[in-house]
Amino acid sequence: MPKIRLEKLVKRYGSLQVIHEIDLETDNNEFTVLVGPSGCGKSTTLRMIAGLETVSDGEIYIDDRPVSRLEPKERDIAMVFQDYALYPHMNVARNMSFALRLEKRPRKEIAQKVGEVAEMLGLEKFLDRKPAELSGGQRQRVAMGRALTRDASTFLFDEPLSNLDAKLRGQMRAELALMSQQVKKSMIYVTHDQVEAMTLGQRIVVMQDGHIRQQGTAEELFKRPNSRFVAGFIGSPPMNFLDGSLVQEGDSTRVIGDGFNLPLPPELAARANAHGSQDVVLGMRPSDLLPVGKHKDDALDLYVLVSEYIGAQSVLLTECGPNKISVEMKSSAPVALGETLKFAPAPDGMHLFDRETELAI
Amino acid sequence: MSRRLTPYLFMAPAVLVLGVALLYPIGYMIYASFLDWNPSQRIGQAEFVGLRNYTWLWSDGAFRESLAVTLKFAFFVVSLEMIIGVGLALLLDRNIRGMTALRTIFILPMMIAPIVVGLVWRYMYHPTVGIFNKTLNALGLESVPWLSDSFWALTSIIIADIWQWTPFIFILSLAALQSLPRSALEAARIDGASGWDQIWHIKLPLMMPVLIVTCLLRLIDAFKVLEVVLVMTNGGPGLSTEIMALRISRTASEFRELGVAAAMSNYLLIFLMVLTVIMFTYTKLSEARTARLRQAAEEG
Repeated sequence: MPKIRLEKLVKRYGSLQVIHEIDLETDNNEFTVLVGPSGCGKSTTLRMIAGLETVSDGEIYIDDRPVSRLEPKERDIAMVFQDYALYPHMNVARNMSFALRLEKRPRKEIAQKVGEVAEMLGLEKFLDRKPAELSGGQRQRVAMGRALTRDASTFLFDEPLSNLDAKLRGQMRAELALMSQQVKKSMIYVTHDQVEAMTLGQRIVVMQDGHIRQQGTAEELFKRPNSRFVAGFIGSPPMNFLDGSLVQEGDSTRVIGDGFNLPLPPELAARANAHGSQDVVLGMRPSDLLPVGKHKDDALDLYVLVSEYIGAQSVLLTECGPNKISVEMKSSAPVALGETLKFAPAPDGMHLFDRETELAI
Repeated sequence: MSRRLTPYLFMAPAVLVLGVALLYPIGYMIYASFLDWNPSQRIGQAEFVGLRNYTWLWSDGAFRESLAVTLKFAFFVVSLEMIIGVGLALLLDRNIRGMTALRTIFILPMMIAPIVVGLVWRYMYHPTVGIFNKTLNALGLESVPWLSDSFWALTSIIIADIWQWTPFIFILSLAALQSLPRSALEAARIDGASGWDQIWHIKLPLMMPVLIVTCLLRLIDAFKVLEVVLVMTNGGPGLSTEIMALRISRTASEFRELGVAAAMSNYLLIFLMVLTVIMFTYTKLSEARTARLRQAAEEG
């Protein structure tokens, strides 16, 4: 039984439709991430699941129970907001126990629950502080704590880390991953940051313009993106895209464009031949371009413009005909600016997309 | 040297004007309250009597009566206006069509000069041709002595004041409500708070700073109310609606006791100042505490 199921979910604001009949199923205790650029509808979708936005059409099932007409409190969910949404006038303990107090649970039980969660999040010392008296990271923890004190079966996160600075964000991301392993709950997490999505999500759902473009594990999305959009969105630095055409030369199929002429590996060639159109976009990840010897055929001649040192790896920005191509390689490799180097794509490092539909071939 | 003085030199004229304009009348009033002074004398001829005006007032039944009337009036108008104003704001804090027009209509009474409000209400309270009694009579009910009975007179004034000043509280409460953090309210909904829970546990506590200031402003105004009462009852029947401001103005103009009137004004001033100081000290202290702990948290 899926934990949460979205069935042809639609959201309209007046005549403007922002969510277009999306379908989604998540498993019990799964960490699902909705990811996409801003305006893709991921937050709206989450807020519909939470019950903070009305559903225009379609249905949301939690444990097979239709919930789209239920109040948020009847959906057995807890939520962490982007701006934490703590109650400014309550101290940390009262923030975390608000839901339990509304339920009129016994005092002893409330105190015990708050104590447990505070200990888990390292908040014991701050229980009588007001939110305004805490740092950003501490407030973030309180927001998590408030969700955790409730025994909700599903946790919703709306960009919970985006208000933190880079260092704290990394740290909280790790803590969140750890926490999700400990508490064994279903989580739905919204972010625009693909790194967050890749590191946290067991199921990653990529959204664009109110549609789900692809879902799968981080590896599936990275290795087999189903469209140019997903290919470009997942992975950093982003995938290189080159316009080209498919050409048959004897037994082999080649993709040819301005400044490049590369053979396709057999499997891809078969798919490309089965595909109707000749106009394609060749996609190659910066990490899939490997340096090869000077006299190697079937390689790209890349003129090095800029080298960005980022530690063990460097990102080279290069020119190939009229195209700009970035390449990731070991920093220890000797590279001079203004040099022309030869690179060949790794065997499974080539992706083809239809230029019209932008879907993967 | 000159660099350090420059800013003060630039400020000096403004400070001087403000200081004189603010402090001179107050100083004059305080000085006058120590005198036995009637308006036919120049101030220099008046006899200095120390605190006698202040102590004498407490033996004066009319003063005590006016104090009681003022307290009663202020208590009822401010508490009722707060309840109705905040209640309306909570009720109308949503985006329904026509709300803007409705809000504009709501705040009209506040824009009318109090003296006009007094006149209008006096006609409406008129024993025979006023709309209230006419309506009551049409319904077969007896007339109410709106302004001629000591209980009803004060009640009628309180009603008129509520009519005029509830909008003030309504607007400020509505503004406070609409600036509340939306996400905290959403979090409360997720936490299972009903509409009533949200009002009680989130909205009202978060509005409290604004409500306290609003309440204080209304309290200050209520203690100084004059025109409406002057026009509607002129303090009567008997002393039943003789509020402080009216008593002060009478003491000065009818009884020609400028010193006593000044002493009365000072009692009022002191009372209101104490109220204000208590409130500001409270907010200052809590703000300072918050800032200190916040800083410690960011550093630690």
